[in-house]
Amino acid sequence: MNGDADKLLAYNGGAVVAMAGKQCVALASDMRFGRDQFQTVSSQFPKLYCLGPRLYLGLTGLISDIQTVSETMQYHVNLYELNERRQVKPHVFTSMLSNHLYAKRFGPFYVESIVAGLQPKTYEPYLASLDILGGTTVSKNFSVTGTCKAQLYGMCEPLWKTDLDSMNLFEVLSQALLNAVDRDALSGWGATVCIIEPDRVTLRTLKARMD
Amino acid sequence: MECLIGIRGKDFVLMAGDSVAGRSVVAMKKDHDKMYQLSNRLLMAACGEGGDTVQFAEYIAKNIQLYRMRNGYDLSTKAAASFTRRNLADYLRSSTPYFVNLLIGGYDDSDGADLYYMDYLGSMVKLPFGVHGYGSFFVLSVMDRYYKEDMTRDEALVLLQRCIDEIHERFIINLNSFKVKIVDKEGIHVMKDLRPTTKPPEETPGTQSMDIV
Repeated sequence: MNGDADKLLAYNGGAVVAMAGKQCVALASDMRFGRDQFQTVSSQFPKLYCLGPRLYLGLTGLISDIQTVSETMQYHVNLYELNERRQVKPHVFTSMLSNHLYAKRFGPFYVESIVAGLQPKTYEPYLASLDILGGTTVSKNFSVTGTCKAQLYGMCEPLWKTDLDSMNLFEVLSQALLNAVDRDALSGWGATVCIIEPDRVTLRTLKARMD
Repeated sequence: MECLIGIRGKDFVLMAGDSVAGRSVVAMKKDHDKMYQLSNRLLMAACGEGGDTVQFAEYIAKNIQLYRMRNGYDLSTKAAASFTRRNLADYLRSSTPYFVNLLIGGYDDSDGADLYYMDYLGSMVKLPFGVHGYGSFFVLSVMDRYYKEDMTRDEALVLLQRCIDEIHERFIINLNSFKVKIVDKEGIHVMKDLRPTTKPPEETPGTQSMDIV
């Protein structure tokens, strides 16, 4: 039954990568919306969703499920913040998402997620990646997902260093994404990067190969 | 074998769909309209599985009307498209999924003209131009070349005619008539059906017909 998972995760194509720096975290995605692998429908489809002032969610996989999951998580976060009267912490959000995904254990959402944020008060970076069933891994350095996962690992491992400041983190992350997606037919067609710092969030669009 | 085309212009959305209703190898109806009015300024073109298109389109249209009756105002294009997407996505994992591909074009005062592309899995994206069906393989490149932002109605119709001509030239299925509608501030306007431009028969250069004496 889950033999189809790989096929469905690659149906639309996409790539998301996140890295942790010194008191900052950065998240980047490609912009391709593909269909049935051979056709590109849009090159204006970023896969990053803002769920709080210092909390971003990046999703790859089947775009229909990306949209459903991000909408549902926005709903859960809104309800949490109304009830609790405070902002949701990144690790709490990750648990919520993991629970939501496991609830569909035998008919899952075909999404692989990355949660990137800063802890409240300390502003320490928080990075977590989740598979389609909500299995969570919290990382200290970087998280990758998408159809070019392997290529992304290959780029991130040598480029990442501890305690990169936001400017250098942006450069390292951008190069990691751009070069990885250029070796994958199903990802690319533009790139967008989001740098989350304690006092600001900067969204940038990268000049990328449009093929 | 169906083809739906949508083009967003300056303050309007031009939508066209082929007018062949077929089953297997038979063209049962040649003047079939695949566009459904959801509200005064919202138009949905649907293609896909036979009964599903009509059933789903009518279901969405009635619900949009219900919202209007309950609240006194129309849903925005973005909201209507999101509602449609959520329904498609929810039904996908039910025992009665709808196999329909949609283009939703609408006009509202806050966002202007918008075109949304949706496939049967429930993935949605806002586009300047969108095409469904095998025709997309031929038409998207024509659009990439000739489309520009803020086109006038005449320019958009010229572009649409180019697309139809390309489909007629290279697509093996004969789609020789397209229903055309425009959605704008004033509402939905039905345009004249568009057919591929008839070209005079080509003369092969360098040969002449000879009378054999």
